[in-house]
Amino acid sequence: MSYHWNWKIFWALTPEGTGTYLHTLLVGLMWTLATALSAWILALVIGSVLGVIRTTPRKWAARLANGYVELFRNIPLLVQMFLWYFVFPEFLPKAMGDAIKQMPPPWASFVPAVLCLGTFTAARVAEQVRAGIQALPRGQQMAGTALGLTLPQTYRFVLLPVAFRIILPPLTSEFLNIIKNSSVALTIGVVELTAAARAMQEFGFQVFEAFTAATIIYVVVNVGVVFAMRWLEKRVAVPGFIGPAVQGGGH
Amino acid sequence: MFGPFDFGVILRNLPYLLKVGMTFTLTLTALAIVLGVFFGTLLAMMRLSSIKALSLLATGYINLMRSVPLVLVIFWFYFLVPYIGAWIIGASRPVQVGAFLSSVITFSMFEAAYYAEIMRAGIQSVARGQVWAGYALGLNYWQTMARVVLPQAFRNMLPILLTQTIIMFQDTSLVYVLSITDFLGAASKVAERDGRFVEMYVFAALVYFVICVAGSYLVKRLQRRIAIVR
Repeated sequence: MSYHWNWKIFWALTPEGTGTYLHTLLVGLMWTLATALSAWILALVIGSVLGVIRTTPRKWAARLANGYVELFRNIPLLVQMFLWYFVFPEFLPKAMGDAIKQMPPPWASFVPAVLCLGTFTAARVAEQVRAGIQALPRGQQMAGTALGLTLPQTYRFVLLPVAFRIILPPLTSEFLNIIKNSSVALTIGVVELTAAARAMQEFGFQVFEAFTAATIIYVVVNVGVVFAMRWLEKRVAVPGFIGPAVQGGGH
Repeated sequence: MFGPFDFGVILRNLPYLLKVGMTFTLTLTALAIVLGVFFGTLLAMMRLSSIKALSLLATGYINLMRSVPLVLVIFWFYFLVPYIGAWIIGASRPVQVGAFLSSVITFSMFEAAYYAEIMRAGIQSVARGQVWAGYALGLNYWQTMARVVLPQAFRNMLPILLTQTIIMFQDTSLVYVLSITDFLGAASKVAERDGRFVEMYVFAALVYFVICVAGSYLVKRLQRRIAIVR
């Protein structure tokens, strides 16, 4: 094998002279986290709403929400990324579309990336929220109605507080997925962690050091999230109410 | 806007999109299923093995693969495979393996980690008594696995394996980052050449959508048919 390892590369300056390669990677990590977190907020909001709708008695609304889930689950993430980046601005009124395309550098790709990851993950969150609500005994909703609560109140005070606790583990894996999936945003020009490692490989010629560092950072972030979520699970656990984990597939 | 939606550009490039692009995507998916399930099953058996070292090794590999983005894994293998190739045949320089072989290896090894977890659940879904029965009949470990446990594990897990395969079929589009002409790569090349982003990407989305929905429908039907009444 003829590969020359050079771990000092992380402290070498990049050709742009803006800082060390380590700095490049950390900025990349920051964009990964920024993209993933913004998209996660979007995914949680849309996903919760859709998930709730899918369990309500309104048949047409449930069907619409089901359609959303089917649509976003059956198109590859990368294609969705391109649709948001290249196609979506074309369908807006011309002034708005142009305004999106002409945003200054990081934002012109960051905003479509967040919209894409958010709406994509929302379909998966919706699936979990629906599963969580349906995992509750039917009597809970009836009890809510018997107490004189309206349907929204039943959801707000009876069903959702327990449903969200039940689905914390699968939501954790969806959150891990969104962090990993944010790497797809490099295709539309977001310089997140994987793209930063790739840039480091291109300019520093140390492929395996760059990728090893990126891999380690991803693993550390993963472990951090898992621990944080375990802590959260323990904190919000209602004694005697630990439901079965609903495991989601995919990556 | 580039003007009205132009169906012509899709029709004109259809042979290229299907013959070059879709053929690549389907070949890659098929090879990755076969190799991925094979290595995944081996990994699952290792993970469940009573030999601590094997179990740790498999667990480590599976967890590592599952915590890293596929895009990064694609890059890893793209650069790593030439060195591994050189190491295997004892060459002094990295061997050129080409984008296709590189992506087949990537997807097999990456998906193996996901298939491994499915197969582990499948193996564990087979009652322990069956294994003991196998040993009692005088079968050794490999015979028990091949004749008793794995056939049932596959049957139990078939719907989940197929669902994972549909996800993988979607994921193969990520070979785009290596500038490979898979279905999406072909669509994107036409889009860039003719300036027809809207048509090509909407069409690509539609094709993926139809294939995946049809696939999920078949899986659901299969699930109903093979469900074992206990």
